[in-house]
Amino acid sequence: MAQRTIVTPGDKLPGDVEAKEPYVVEINGVKVATTIGLLDTSGEKPVYIPLQSIYVPKKGDVVIGLVQSVGVVNWTLDINSPYNGVLPASDFLGRPYNPATDDLSQYLQVGDYVKVKIVAFDRTRNPLLTVQDKGLGKIVDGKILEVQPSKIPRIIGKKRSMLEMLKKETGCEIFVAVNGRIHVKCPDEDRETILILAIKMIERQAHTTGLTARVQGYIEELKKVKGVE
Amino acid sequence: MGKAVGVKLIDEYGRRHDGRLPDQMRPVRMRINVLENADGSALVEYGRTRILAAVYGPREPVQKFMALPDRALLRVRYHMAPFSTEERKSPAPSRREIELSKVIREAFEDIILVKYFPRTAIDIFLEVLQADGGTRTAAVTAASLALANAGIPMKALVAGVAVGKIEGQLVLDVDEIEDGSGEADMPVAYAPDIEKITLFQLNGVLTREELEKGLDMALSAIRELVELEKRTLKEEYVSTEEV
Repeated sequence: MAQRTIVTPGDKLPGDVEAKEPYVVEINGVKVATTIGLLDTSGEKPVYIPLQSIYVPKKGDVVIGLVQSVGVVNWTLDINSPYNGVLPASDFLGRPYNPATDDLSQYLQVGDYVKVKIVAFDRTRNPLLTVQDKGLGKIVDGKILEVQPSKIPRIIGKKRSMLEMLKKETGCEIFVAVNGRIHVKCPDEDRETILILAIKMIERQAHTTGLTARVQGYIEELKKVKGVE
Repeated sequence: MGKAVGVKLIDEYGRRHDGRLPDQMRPVRMRINVLENADGSALVEYGRTRILAAVYGPREPVQKFMALPDRALLRVRYHMAPFSTEERKSPAPSRREIELSKVIREAFEDIILVKYFPRTAIDIFLEVLQADGGTRTAAVTAASLALANAGIPMKALVAGVAVGKIEGQLVLDVDEIEDGSGEADMPVAYAPDIEKITLFQLNGVLTREELEKGLDMALSAIRELVELEKRTLKEEYVSTEEV
């Protein structure tokens, strides 16, 4: 049987629990949960999975940013985190940049989504972003979904099982960014609707077991209703 | 507001004006996720006292100069709606509201793990929709729930309750009428999981024995309130278990 219990802030956890700060901290030698989470005791070691989390940027993460403001030499991007990202103009353009002759709003405007990588972040300065890598840059088609960052591991699934199933069943291209934004590109609108409904279902039921099979059943049902092959 | 004239606050059977026993709370109701826009929200009722809490953050502080280099900035706004009281209350922040914002902020400064989010701000908005005594303690409870709902890491859940003295007797969870004509009012906020009192005020006079007994009454009531908070938070997930 799955041994899963919901824990709330302040609940004491077993001493050998596997978890990351700040979701579990030690107070007077006792491990304590700091957010709502799941304690899974089915494995060898108890594991704490936070049900809610705040995305803290990490070097090397690929995230989807939303242009918040256009500056003179850079763009400020909302990366669904307490810290806004900075994308320098010279990096995006890939060439030396002169603010006197170039107007940044020609390239990226407020409201544009950009796939970026975090180059550096040390909590004393806002994260520095880059688009100089394969597959990065402005997102020009498809749709962006926003989910809670804590649900991202569930959308990917164990060994990418959930994500592969979603791709296979709907035929959509899906890119999942760790900051809780998902870029989807679908062949038609019906498939897009089905995919969005499935992702919303995963987000809602992320703490339950046997989810992949249920989501698959749900997608098949929706496909029948919509008449999609 | 004014003193209740000719009203007996405790009758010959030891019951209070609303039928409660001295150590009985008003009916408490808690709900979370009541606002769409906020990161976390809660609605808490102690009898007719009703508080709406909204939590935002951690996010970039609106005024960047306020950011702290080593921890998150905590801001609390306790505010009474103009329609919350019997006579219209001016919506401008009063001396009392500024003070309560401060004491509630201090009640959470050592609870929220602010050091994990340097240079950011966490905003807690507490709106008193209906005031019937005990608004600051109900506000602490609402803020605690809304913070947990927002997923902000905190050491423990906090709840508050006030103990008063009326006609020489200690009573739990005083309401407006009892507060107006009582001899003392002692709001307490407490985090049972880490055994920490985070808010303690006393208005009026209590003997040392009364204070100790009153504190015991408050703490045991708060333990029950925190249990209810935990149930409220868990129910949000249990209800979506089987869809």
